[in-house]
Amino acid sequence: MKKVISRIAQSIKLPGLSFLMAFTITGIIIALSDEKVMNKIGSPIEFLKSAGASVGNAYLALFQGSIYDNRLIKGNIFEGFYPFFETIVTATPLILTGLSVALAFKSGLFNIGAQGQFIFGAIGASYVGFRFDLPVGIHIIAAATAGMFLAAIWGGIVGFLKARTGAHEVILTIMMNYIAGYFILWLLKTKTFLRPGRIDPIAPEVLDSAKLPLLAGENFRIHAGIFIALAAALFVWWLLTKTTIGYKFRAVGANSQAARTAGISVPFVITATMMICGALAGLGGAVHVLGSEHSLNADVAGSLGFDAITVALLGRAQPLGTVFAALLFGALHTGGRMMQSNTGVPLDIVVVTQGLIVLFIAAPVFVRYIFRLKKLNTSAALTSKGWNG
Amino acid sequence: MSLELKGITKTFGSFTANDSIDLKVETGQIHAILGENGAGKSTLMNIVYGLLKADSGEILIDGKKVEISEPSDALNVGIGMVHQHFMLIPVFTVAENIMLGHEKSNKFRVLDLDQARAAIRTISEDFGLQVDPDAIVETLPVGIQQKVEIIKALIYEAKVLILDEPTAVLTPQETDELLNTMRDLKSKGTSIIFITHKLREVRAVADQITIIRRGKVIGAVSPSTSEAELASMMVGRAVDLAPAKYQHETGGPILEVKNLTVRDALGTSIVKGVNFHVNSGEVLAVAGVQGNGQSELARALINLEEHIEGSILLDGKEIRGSSIKQSLHAGIAFIPESRELDGVIGSFSIAENLILDLHGQAPYSKGLNLSAKVVHSEAEKRVTEFDIRTQSIMDSVSTLSGGNKQKVVIARELSRPIKVLVASQPTRGLDVGSIEFVHERILAQRDAGRGVILFSTELDEVMALADRIAVMYRGEILDIVGSNVTREELGLLMAGITSAKAGAK
Repeated sequence: MKKVISRIAQSIKLPGLSFLMAFTITGIIIALSDEKVMNKIGSPIEFLKSAGASVGNAYLALFQGSIYDNRLIKGNIFEGFYPFFETIVTATPLILTGLSVALAFKSGLFNIGAQGQFIFGAIGASYVGFRFDLPVGIHIIAAATAGMFLAAIWGGIVGFLKARTGAHEVILTIMMNYIAGYFILWLLKTKTFLRPGRIDPIAPEVLDSAKLPLLAGENFRIHAGIFIALAAALFVWWLLTKTTIGYKFRAVGANSQAARTAGISVPFVITATMMICGALAGLGGAVHVLGSEHSLNADVAGSLGFDAITVALLGRAQPLGTVFAALLFGALHTGGRMMQSNTGVPLDIVVVTQGLIVLFIAAPVFVRYIFRLKKLNTSAALTSKGWNG
Repeated sequence: MSLELKGITKTFGSFTANDSIDLKVETGQIHAILGENGAGKSTLMNIVYGLLKADSGEILIDGKKVEISEPSDALNVGIGMVHQHFMLIPVFTVAENIMLGHEKSNKFRVLDLDQARAAIRTISEDFGLQVDPDAIVETLPVGIQQKVEIIKALIYEAKVLILDEPTAVLTPQETDELLNTMRDLKSKGTSIIFITHKLREVRAVADQITIIRRGKVIGAVSPSTSEAELASMMVGRAVDLAPAKYQHETGGPILEVKNLTVRDALGTSIVKGVNFHVNSGEVLAVAGVQGNGQSELARALINLEEHIEGSILLDGKEIRGSSIKQSLHAGIAFIPESRELDGVIGSFSIAENLILDLHGQAPYSKGLNLSAKVVHSEAEKRVTEFDIRTQSIMDSVSTLSGGNKQKVVIARELSRPIKVLVASQPTRGLDVGSIEFVHERILAQRDAGRGVILFSTELDEVMALADRIAVMYRGEILDIVGSNVTREELGLLMAGITSAKAGAK
């Protein structure tokens, strides 16, 4: 047990410190970009006081906007957690796209294509959601399955092309993202998808039977999608650690030559990985549509597919790590809005923080140097091989 | 010039790589440093050459203390080094390589290659090292490339030359030539530190032998010491250098290869229509200088190569064109040439590595699920059976020594039902103790009635283990000879000279 705890401590030490440094630097930026603070530059004490207040207020707003805000309580303490539920809603699709990227890392692949796969998942779920009238429960399963299926094919194409021709998955997935992005624009203008009476690209709302159930009543947006996302994380963990397929994935990811020499089919692993990754990101799209958006629009994916890369990196390509990283990003996003409206610190600063966190994660030697840490044995957790993979 | 080391100590964390080493190399002496891999030879030489800094101890040149903190210091006091892996730029000419880092230009700021050429010619003549200054390095044979490295050291007036495992990459003939060059250099007054683990060469050329084991000087002996004695000093116990080749039963052909051609991606044939067979209970060695198609032939036997023509019959059944998995499961055990690259997955645990080719079948898996319990209990058994030195089966393979990594590969490959063992350079880079172990296991397979194909560039190994020896040269099997062949005959064959041709001379 002690060993387990120390292992966990080891594995969160680096992200934790990166996190701390990112927030420190963000704090400095917030202070320096605040006119009220800068006006006091003449007297050091006043300057520091005012800087402290400015940063403190911004981070308080970030917290209130993402976790808990007692001002929202109107009778029930539950209401104070409204921001936290919002964080979960934002994080839910991100967990799924993050898992998609993380799983690919484990097989030595760099899946930049979660964005496109997410879009196809959303398309499939939306179509089945508004087009067919099915019983409650079955409708959700059918819609989600349709989304996963389309996305698995979309991801599988990349895997197949790489396995057959050696084309690099990074280039393939980037291009597939473009195709998906413009495909949805076109699709939403077709008769099948355009909502009657509208000219802007938006599809009809999915039927009530296809909507994911709300978890905390009408006043909160939190829906059952979080359980689907957590189940998916559990699935990825199980797949990677307990099954022969996951063993093959990891073997190819860690040393594809040795895996091949021992008779493991590398083309199979690449194709299968990309299909499962596609299905995961597609499930993200489906959950997003069925849970919170309820209708397909051209910007349904936002930057969820790209943030997924950051989330997977931050989570060290581990399922549990990815869940936490996605929650952190969800919190930053939702809290950032409150920070902007309450203190005038722009939402963009949150993006800076995200960037800094990842920057420090990606430069572990630097963080170790600053905090005088010894080299960890677990530092080789990520196995992306860049351009030669 | 004499070089003396006094009390050199170097530790890495809690590991002592060099423990107060004393050593004296006299002027014009060939001083061999003999030791297993990991004994601390390279650390010591890197200290002398300024690549590492000693924790304590001093270096004396002609009795005077010198500070060497980087390679340029070493060069300045007259110490040159030829590394095991050459430090040459393949696409540059010999002259360009040699002037690298010391470029001289003429008044128009253009590289003065003529000067370099002239300098190379002078050295070539003085020391009998014939090299064309304008040849592109990558087109030269390895033996010549090594000469380029030696010239590079001599041109900057090295009086003490360190040769780090120089014969590892050479053919027997090239090795003999190098030994002659070393004698020439010695007669001109150059001192040589010769690092190796090959006993025969040491005895042939050294004036003085220092043996290092686990970072300590074990003894300084004369070259008249017997090989067995040297080996036991190196390893620290008695070593069986030549496993008994007692009479053993040989059965019929178990693997037949007919007209096998292997092509690379561009369609060039690397292996050209070879024919041979292996009997059960027999070791067939495939000898040859590195790069004559042996690696590709070995890989082709389990269909690892992409473009294979011809026929591979395992126990009468055609396996050419099968998948790698099918070939392995049909009963071929494969020990790949590069254990780091092809043999093991460094970041995986020992237990996981032991099931790399077995994870898909009972008892290791049930349906989709791997059964961790069986995987672990079987791993425990293998670790004991194959004497894999590790604290836990959960340790990652990258923490193991080369010998133990190879034991993991061997344990995996020999733990399933097999008919033929294909071993490609199974002892490359291993220490004497591990080599002994690998040889024992190979012979045990032979005695159990399996066919063994041993691909090796080490003549000693081939001579010690083989019942028959096939010699490969430029993708063809030049001849298959019995084990009563002499080293000289084998050496000629490896250089492409058949007895018919040799007789005609």
